[in-house]
Amino acid sequence: MHFTRRETLAMGAGAALLTVLPFRANAAVDDLIAEFTGGAELADAGVDLTAPEIAENGNTVPIEVSAPGATAIMVLAAGNPTPPVATFNFGHLAASQSASTRIRLAGTQDVIAVAQLADGSFARESKTVKVTIGGCGG
Amino acid sequence: MASGVKPRVKVPGKASAGEAVTIKTLISHPMESGQRKDSSGNTIPRSIINRFTCDFNGENVVDVTMEPAISTNPYFQFEATVPETGDFKFTWYDDDGSVYEETKSVTVA
Repeated sequence: MHFTRRETLAMGAGAALLTVLPFRANAAVDDLIAEFTGGAELADAGVDLTAPEIAENGNTVPIEVSAPGATAIMVLAAGNPTPPVATFNFGHLAASQSASTRIRLAGTQDVIAVAQLADGSFARESKTVKVTIGGCGG
Repeated sequence: MASGVKPRVKVPGKASAGEAVTIKTLISHPMESGQRKDSSGNTIPRSIINRFTCDFNGENVVDVTMEPAISTNPYFQFEATVPETGDFKFTWYDDDGSVYEETKSVTVA
């Protein structure tokens, strides 16, 4: 098996693109997180994200976020065409800082929850969800 | 304009003072994400509900900013404290400027 110069170049370009693309998707997520936190450090504990390991239908994936004492929780889907999913702001009368909803996922990807805790610090948790049928039309 | 938008809310009718009640809300809405294409290949414009709020006697319980990644017929479940007899007011804000409202009363025995 041997390659012509043209094929080798094409493969090289393809490989370079593959490494660049996920990085760009992550950069968008990092930017959104930075905008939400103002660049603060993210702790690992303090926020819970419940999502199924495998979702058959990406159109309705049930998720639940919970962060005791938090003032706001942002949910991101790293692999969606537009990563933001929702931001929950909790008021005085919220009995628990938790909420559940149903979201769309374009494919197998990480779902990320970032919470602003009562003391002003931030916490993050992510879960990988395997999606059998994507939920973004097309 | 999204047609046939109908909010449904489940709130217990009675509670004791300071009790945490679970609230479930569902509103029928297509939540067109702006990513889909119709049969001739044109992008279907985005039309979603972009904000949902719940207040009790004017005090905020939860305020959710919604993006196109929320599923069709947006569903939310959360918990609220009921300090006294009063009304829960639920408001959904549509991209097209429409506002959908629903009110539920809770009696503290």
